[in-house]
Amino acid sequence: MIDTLRLTAEDAAALLEDGEVAAAELHGAYLEAIRARDEELHAYLTTVDAPEGEGVPIAFKDVISTRGIETTAGSKILAGYRPVFDATVAKRCKQAGLPLLGKTNMDEFAMGSSTENSAYGPTRNPWDPERVPGGSSGGSAAAVAGGLAPWALGSDTGGSVKQPASLCGIVGLRPTYGTVSRYGIVAFASSLDQVGPLTKTVRDCARLYRIIAGRDAYDSTTVELREPVEIPAAEDLRGLRIGVPRELNEVEGIEAGVTDAVRRAIDLCGGLGAEVATCELPRSVEYGLACYYLVAPSEASSNLARYDGVRYGLRAEGNGAIREMYERTRDEGFGDEPKRRIMLGTYALSAGYYEAFYGQAQKVRTVIAREHAALFERFDVLVSPTSPTVAFRLGEKTENPLAMYLSDVLTIPSNMAGLPGLSIPCGLSDGLPVGFQLIGPQFSENTLFRAGHALERALEFDFVPPRLAAKDRA
Amino acid sequence: MSWEPVIGLEIHVQLKTRTKMFCRCELGFGDPENTRTCPVCLSHPGTLPVPNAKAIEWTVKLGLALGCEIAPHAVFHRKNYFYPDLPKGYQISQYDQPLCTNGRFLVPGPDGDAYVGIVRAHLEEDAAKNVHVGGAAGRISGADRTLVDFNRGGTPLVEIVTRPDLRSAEDARIFLQLLRQTVVELGISDAEMEKGSLRFDVNVSVRPEGSSELRTRTELKNMNSFAFAARGIAREIGRQIEIYEKGGEVDQETLHFDPTREDAPPLRSKEEAQDYRYFPEPDLVPLAPARDLVERARAELPELPGQRIRRLERDYALPFYDAEVLSGLPALAALFERTVAAGGDAKATSNLVMNQIVAAGVDPAVVDGLELAKLVEARGRIPRAALDEAIAASGTPGFRADDYTADTAITDAEELRPVVERILEGNPSQVEAYRGGKTGLLGFFVGQVMRELGGKANPKVVNELLREQLGL
Ligand SMILES: [Zn+2]
Repeated sequence: MIDTLRLTAEDAAALLEDGEVAAAELHGAYLEAIRARDEELHAYLTTVDAPEGEGVPIAFKDVISTRGIETTAGSKILAGYRPVFDATVAKRCKQAGLPLLGKTNMDEFAMGSSTENSAYGPTRNPWDPERVPGGSSGGSAAAVAGGLAPWALGSDTGGSVKQPASLCGIVGLRPTYGTVSRYGIVAFASSLDQVGPLTKTVRDCARLYRIIAGRDAYDSTTVELREPVEIPAAEDLRGLRIGVPRELNEVEGIEAGVTDAVRRAIDLCGGLGAEVATCELPRSVEYGLACYYLVAPSEASSNLARYDGVRYGLRAEGNGAIREMYERTRDEGFGDEPKRRIMLGTYALSAGYYEAFYGQAQKVRTVIAREHAALFERFDVLVSPTSPTVAFRLGEKTENPLAMYLSDVLTIPSNMAGLPGLSIPCGLSDGLPVGFQLIGPQFSENTLFRAGHALERALEFDFVPPRLAAKDRA
Repeated sequence: MSWEPVIGLEIHVQLKTRTKMFCRCELGFGDPENTRTCPVCLSHPGTLPVPNAKAIEWTVKLGLALGCEIAPHAVFHRKNYFYPDLPKGYQISQYDQPLCTNGRFLVPGPDGDAYVGIVRAHLEEDAAKNVHVGGAAGRISGADRTLVDFNRGGTPLVEIVTRPDLRSAEDARIFLQLLRQTVVELGISDAEMEKGSLRFDVNVSVRPEGSSELRTRTELKNMNSFAFAARGIAREIGRQIEIYEKGGEVDQETLHFDPTREDAPPLRSKEEAQDYRYFPEPDLVPLAPARDLVERARAELPELPGQRIRRLERDYALPFYDAEVLSGLPALAALFERTVAAGGDAKATSNLVMNQIVAAGVDPAVVDGLELAKLVEARGRIPRAALDEAIAASGTPGFRADDYTADTAITDAEELRPVVERILEGNPSQVEAYRGGKTGLLGFFVGQVMRELGGKANPKVVNELLREQLGL
């Protein structure tokens, strides 16, 4: 009997390697779990019946192009669209022998922090189905936390891997911008989008990152890794200099339970031998969110222009005039959030506004990058909560986009600087997981993995949602 | 009052790289529709552009030929607008940081050199092609349906923008022809207007002579030949002058010519200020052409047609017209130079080369300069017919001018007839072959007669005698 709730990818690989479990059996166990639990969770949009590959199965956020398998990016406008090619990350997973379990739910075009913006209905949090799993990679996070996939890929623009990992009590990495190919990832904001692993453990995260990372000739913004990815084994944090940026840990809106759990984790870092000191990131936190909400919608307004009904996806017939066909297709095909962001972005890029908005935001971005770089002269890692809150209730923030946007206030600053960030669960608040964010300089994934792994061992967080564990036993 | 036209050009040149600008689809002209496509140039979700290094190298080359500065840091921008031939909803182009800026292009003219300022030359991707079905031939108005052929979409395209430095339709024609020849000789484009690999728009305004103001301009689009453009420009200049002289104002508008019908009047449309929402293309990193590569390209630049005209004028004291015609075909200019180097008089050589060699359809590349120089020298004292014969034969292997120019040539038919008869008797099989239709053997008989007489026979008379004897 395979316990998919508890089985890590590493354990699963060992079972396969030792011949204790056949690939088909392992895959079948996950399909069984999906049958049993996904009706409630709705983590998947599509499942694959007979996947190829003898390795540990995986789930992909529906933003990742998969040849011949429907890829909707959570949008009605791409309903029925089957890519004719594999995204580079999909190809790399295939080459590594990972069978694809299915495509997971997400906020439409990765725009959102709760997965409620999916055109196909929300995903529910395995810890509490009345609550959201976070987003936009909520389907991938819920699948891993709910034992419906041993590991998964998501994509992170403003926090879309780190934040759902945090809300679902699992590990999520947003890699250094440029280390993972974006080829075949349905674009949201090109200068920020980055694919990242969602896993149960830091070691699994490193294993999956090792598979997907590295330069890709199809993405000219990618670079070669500076050093091979190491699977972490360290059990202490000796020599690690940890900075605790005051603004990231004290910004208004962080729940007390979150602060407590993060505080305990920081204390534990000291106990594990790290040097811990507070520091400041004033401008990054003050301007990060505003800056993000100019850059990301601007790029999105352009990236989403290709959904015009001409070549693929939805086409609404008009009166024969091309303009009307465009307008009706886009009106029927896009949900409110993409429409909102297309309007924001179109406005920010308009003549007369460009300098004040997009142009200024790019300058602020440089300031944010410099402010982080200055801290990394003194620290190896910066830490904070990943999300200011634990998982919130479905519908709680849907009527207030600004409140929803604030979910990413702690993940956005380092994203704007192109830096890697790892979220690991560090405890519970009111029975719901709290995420701990570790940010490093560019290409410091190995450091983040080492620190995350040592901390994870010391924290002994149980990633199995108690209500599912109880149900399983029953 | 007399009026001065002010003309600027915007030229698009398709590069003939093997593959497209941002994907590796091969370029093809005239292939079946939508067979040169891939997910990238069809803009499937998630696809990304990867720049064509050759296209960048060639744009640098062209920029250098235009006298431009090559930017150490150039940026691709997105130009956003909706149109079915633009599958991404934006064109990857260049905006405020183009690859080549601030050039000066030499345009030699009959009254001395002129320079046309080049504002910029930048690299972008061509749009696909909309095919309007039904309705008036190929036009969008009245069409039943529009189909899109994406084969052309993504072809590397260089846009060249001149300063409004041109002052007449003829200036514009000369400039365009020289520019066309330049890109062809650089080997970077076919620059064929019929195939659309060279296209241009013209901005025209007029102002009182001596003034430096810039008045409202109109834009002339879709012209399909230099001559057509020159006529269109001249007409537009006349129209604007007439408006001003009647006290009216010129409207800022675009005149769309119907490329399929030269006689049709242009369609007019108001110029709308389109907001393209340019921003730096985040899917690409900035271009930084290495200094040494740029310098190597500069060193490898061939002599450009404009420079060649000027050099021919200066070094050989040729009139502008001669220099322009000779330069128009590099092989012709080369033959001219070989011949003069072998002693031919420059002006006489120029006349001979650009008139008779061209008229005779002789390939200038295979003509021996030394032999041609002998013809140039002898041209005054040998019969016109002999010279024509010689020119016609000048491209054949082993051609010797002396065979046609010997100054003591026997012209008396009665004196030559026995020799001709003797040669024909001595070569019966060739005679038979000739009569059997191998008329090319005539030259063989002429040669034999000439050899017999040490070249001292008038080839025209020999020819006549031979034809007479051979019964044709
Ligand atoms: Zn292509």
